[in-house]
Amino acid sequence: MGIEKVLFYVFALTAIIASLGVIGSRNPVRAALSLVLAFIATAGVWLLLQAEFLGIVLILVYVGAVMVLFLFVIMMLDINLTPLKEGFARYLPIGIMVALIVLAEMSLILNPNFFGLEIYTVPTALGAHDSNTKMLGQLLFTEYLYAFVLAAVLLLLSIVAAIVLTLRRRQQSEALYQNVGDQVRVQASDRLTMVKMPAVVRVKEVVQGADDE
Amino acid sequence: MSEFLQLSDVLLFGAILFVLSLAGIFLNRKNLIIILMSIELMLLAVNTNLVAFSSYQENMHGQVFVFFILTVAAAEAAIGLALLVLLFRNKHSINVDDLSEMKG
Repeated sequence: MGIEKVLFYVFALTAIIASLGVIGSRNPVRAALSLVLAFIATAGVWLLLQAEFLGIVLILVYVGAVMVLFLFVIMMLDINLTPLKEGFARYLPIGIMVALIVLAEMSLILNPNFFGLEIYTVPTALGAHDSNTKMLGQLLFTEYLYAFVLAAVLLLLSIVAAIVLTLRRRQQSEALYQNVGDQVRVQASDRLTMVKMPAVVRVKEVVQGADDE
Repeated sequence: MSEFLQLSDVLLFGAILFVLSLAGIFLNRKNLIIILMSIELMLLAVNTNLVAFSSYQENMHGQVFVFFILTVAAAEAAIGLALLVLLFRNKHSINVDDLSEMKG
């Protein structure tokens, strides 16, 4: 058995055990950390399949950004876990049954004995000067350029959507947000008050002092 | 058993991940956060299939598709978590059973 196959089994077993931890753990924080482990192990499998750029992107984007966002939300919300734990045992038989049926059907198709997937031979290893990132980039910036721009627009849209959804207007504390219309419409009389002050008091004291002498 | 890594090994790995996340949606059908995580895991399994076919057919188009699916999944996670925060702020719960106002 080649070293690649040993590595594949190590990564695949780690990913499967970690995803069992995701679906089986009662604590959402533990589930999120198991999902991080599953992502890292799957990134190892992708690296074995010569998809180096995507493997690194999976770790950077998913583990670095998305899972941290998940952990942030889980720890920020004060979730009462007791009602969420109900029903796990009730749905366990049907969950296992559906999973086993789907897995049996999929393995019937994907099994090399029945479907003949062995016609795909082992891909030739890329040379030292063949860059996966370069090949992906050449395809992405020529043939898929419009889709790439659309993906950028989609990300911008999701930024705007997330901000608009979670923006909270606090009416009681005015300092936290500004109303531009009110700022433009403001007059000098709203902000500035002229106070008339008598300027003769000091002069009277001086005159009294002169009388005492 | 072949000495080298076969395509069907990777596809079976993707199938097992997919089935586990499917079972996760069944088992944790009250906890919205775990359901979101299961969906992420499901997308990962599908991406593994695409990467495997792309590698074994020596065709880069599959990896471009994985790139776009990763983009869409990141956007989906951000908006889903924003909706989750909004839901918790209004109902003080993330139980799926509490979302019964539309009687769907």
